[in-house]
Amino acid sequence: MSTARPSFKFRGGSFHALVVRPESPIEAWLADVDVLLARSPGFFAGKSVVIDVAGLSLTKPTFLGLLDELSRRDIRILGVEGANPADADGRVPSLVRGQADRPDPVGAPAAQTPAPAPVSSLLIDAPVRSGQAIVHPDGDVTIVGSVSSGAEIIAAGSIHVYGTLRGRVLAGAYGNQRARIFCRRLDAELIAIDGHYIVADEVEPHLRKAPIQAWLEGDELKIITMN
Amino acid sequence: MAQVVVVTSGKGGVGKTTSTAALGAALARAGERVVVVDFDVGLRNLDLVMGAERRVVFDLIHVVQGTARLSQALIRDKRIDTLFLLAASQTRDKDSLTDDGVERVIRELRPSFDWVICDSPAGIERGASLAMRHADLAVVVANPEVSSVRDSDRIIGLLDSTTDKAKRGEPMEKYLLLTRYDQNRAERGEMLCIEDVLEILCIPLLGIIPESKDVLHASNMGLPVTLNEPTSATARAYNDAARRLQGEQVPLVVPTDKVTLFSKLLGRRAA
Repeated sequence: MSTARPSFKFRGGSFHALVVRPESPIEAWLADVDVLLARSPGFFAGKSVVIDVAGLSLTKPTFLGLLDELSRRDIRILGVEGANPADADGRVPSLVRGQADRPDPVGAPAAQTPAPAPVSSLLIDAPVRSGQAIVHPDGDVTIVGSVSSGAEIIAAGSIHVYGTLRGRVLAGAYGNQRARIFCRRLDAELIAIDGHYIVADEVEPHLRKAPIQAWLEGDELKIITMN
Repeated sequence: MAQVVVVTSGKGGVGKTTSTAALGAALARAGERVVVVDFDVGLRNLDLVMGAERRVVFDLIHVVQGTARLSQALIRDKRIDTLFLLAASQTRDKDSLTDDGVERVIRELRPSFDWVICDSPAGIERGASLAMRHADLAVVVANPEVSSVRDSDRIIGLLDSTTDKAKRGEPMEKYLLLTRYDQNRAERGEMLCIEDVLEILCIPLLGIIPESKDVLHASNMGLPVTLNEPTSATARAYNDAARRLQGEQVPLVVPTDKVTLFSKLLGRRAA
């Protein structure tokens, strides 16, 4: 016996939301919002908005009043960040936590923050072959040998290759703009630091087959030879 | 007690079967007891290259599944009596190979031979991984071109991580056999040169086999190249490689067929 079942599909995803941070006093801030809306009425149209009230220490009535004022202005609130969970009742959109560096709001149960793992570096004393992936979320990776085409190194910190780099390397892959990439000979398919990447085709010809270091300057991935 | 050798490459068509047959025959002719085992179940070829296709009754799958004894399935070569073939089945697929069955076959072969040479199928799937699993030594066959070299690199990674020897923490012995090498084309930059390949793969070189029509001739005759025309450049290159496998120090040169100046000029013009 079989019954037709609806099929569920779950997936993780990241979405962009506009974070609005009201300022005290709320009345004056709302007046500024009105000025903004008068100038560009469609400013919030179709946008998902997260209200960040951390650091405002609003009372419950003020907080709920703020939400009412915003919805009266057709601002659709996706979530609230930094609110006291005690203030949350049925009308309050879901409480969110976006910025990891912010302490939990007062009254919220303290999140279990694991002690930061000691930064360790990983030394690989052999060539990294095509199809192999070295993933090191704790620090730097040093390869004494070459990284083949089709191999991949992913590190939280910097990546050092004492050989020819032909594969893909992603340094600072868990959000570290200060990570760097060093190699004896650059012939990489892709190099990336903190998500900023360039592929082989974009590497300037004079850098190919050269000893290089790469680092991030703002949003720009810089490469120079180390001759 | 036999050395178990896997002849592998990742990529297809680079010369695994030709090399298995040629090395097997060369070792056997030097007096060693050799069995060549075809792991390419479903796409067997080794029996053709060995010229034994019309004498296959039982094959590797029968032995693995216990429906035939090893002694029934081993086919003795007609020319060299220390050379044997264990053929693959053409009607089955690689899923018929069981881990336990293959292990038992290799274990039973070891005491009766000096060399067990396993001809791996292309790819990195079940057939290839079972062919390499019990090996003591690997011969990685590559052509001097980028896709073959990259696939060989992948295979070397697997040899170092998935074989029994690697799992016991022992280093896997690996040698590169560079096949279909054409000195002239390498010099013109039309194929990778030996140094490039060695720089990428970082394993010792067992031999360089020149590109030659002899290989096709020999396969069509059902003869390993080392037996078909033992004095040809290809045969000499395989014989040298076999001697290196036996531990002999043989200087590495690219063997060439002697050509007269006249035919060389003609060849150049035709090319």
